[in-house]
Amino acid sequence: MKVRFKLNGEEVEVEANPASRLLDVLREKFGLIGVKEGCGEGECGACAVLLDGRVVHSCLVPFANVMGKEIITIEGLRKTEEYRIIEESLLDAGSVQCGFCTPGFVISIYALLKNNPNPEDKEIREAISGNLCRCTGYQMIIDGVKLAAKRGEKLWKA
Amino acid sequence: MEGVIPKTLNEALSLMASKNYIPVAGGTDLMVRYKRWKNLTPSFPAAPLFIANLPELRGIYREDDELIIKAATPLSDIEGHSDIPVVLKEAVRLMASPGIRNIGTIGGNVGNASPAGDTLPPLYVLDANVVLLSEKGKRTLRIYEFIKGPGKNDRREDEIIYEIRFKVPEYTHYFYRKVGTRKANALSKLSFAGIAKVENGIIEDFRISLGAVAPFPVRVIEIERKVVGKKTEEIDGQFIDSIKKDYEPYIRPIDDQRSTAYYRKKTSLRLIESFLRAL
Repeated sequence: MKVRFKLNGEEVEVEANPASRLLDVLREKFGLIGVKEGCGEGECGACAVLLDGRVVHSCLVPFANVMGKEIITIEGLRKTEEYRIIEESLLDAGSVQCGFCTPGFVISIYALLKNNPNPEDKEIREAISGNLCRCTGYQMIIDGVKLAAKRGEKLWKA
Repeated sequence: MEGVIPKTLNEALSLMASKNYIPVAGGTDLMVRYKRWKNLTPSFPAAPLFIANLPELRGIYREDDELIIKAATPLSDIEGHSDIPVVLKEAVRLMASPGIRNIGTIGGNVGNASPAGDTLPPLYVLDANVVLLSEKGKRTLRIYEFIKGPGKNDRREDEIIYEIRFKVPEYTHYFYRKVGTRKANALSKLSFAGIAKVENGIIEDFRISLGAVAPFPVRVIEIERKVVGKKTEEIDGQFIDSIKKDYEPYIRPIDDQRSTAYYRKKTSLRLIESFLRAL
């Protein structure tokens, strides 16, 4: 079945089984391999993307459900100033070690700061509760989010 | 089996009447249940019918004194809606993780009929009804009539879950507790939902329900009736013990990978006590 949707700012149309996982379509049909498969069960968040601005785990989304919607992956986010600030903040805070979980974290952090430019620790923990990181122990990621909130102050409020 | 994306609710209903389709909303349970290796389409046992984006199946409305939650409304919309009673909101807020709540739906959680389904205990205490829809019309069931056992519900093959509706009760006390291994993404070891209305020291309404401690959520009206009408000062140790004893035969948990029957039973009875003591 042909499905039209908006992907990283562009209207696209692709032939795929509507029951396919969005994750597979993004990786295989569009080569967007920044979207990672970790657990394939919605537990780890490595495959997180934005669907109409909301974080979703793309391994759980049937491709049918993106018809007419807008998807932003880490590759799309990468072109933005917001991404640059998150990236630098995570690097400076030591939030990245092996890096496999990082694209998913960046998606969750972006969605958090867009809705809540000045989050408390509790709110940061809640926002990244669907992302697993086996390297850092999370505190450095939380530090990175706080740094990004501060550095991007004006951007998040825009 | 190739799935179908219906354009309208009527088209969805006529497809449901024509052959056996599996209605799929957010996909958070079914995409995992039927998944295969990466890059292979999940193998649904019948063709999936993707109904998540039908506008008629989304939204939260008031109709007279009833609150209506359309079946494909994502959990995060319920979490953020001001009309939703706190006892349900709290349960939804503690489910899964933000990325799952953004697509997982209330109709899916109810239809999944898991003994550990987290929306069920609050919906039981709210006396919720489940409305099913087919080409033949609507069918309204009490939630406890709809849930038939682990993974089993009363939906006919030609029906979809249309909406969940309940009268918003007046209550002065509520207590919701989910007991799980960690805060995010944990399936419940057990869960407790309770509401009560106390006025002038008299308990006018008292409802509790427990999840994951029996094949379906526990709610026992006969025991609740013993509490209703009592003065709060009558809720003493002796009375609480007798109520706990009454609940014991209904709390029939199992040992599984998440917890033990012993822990579940003990904790359930303590949560009942804790709620009674708070009145």
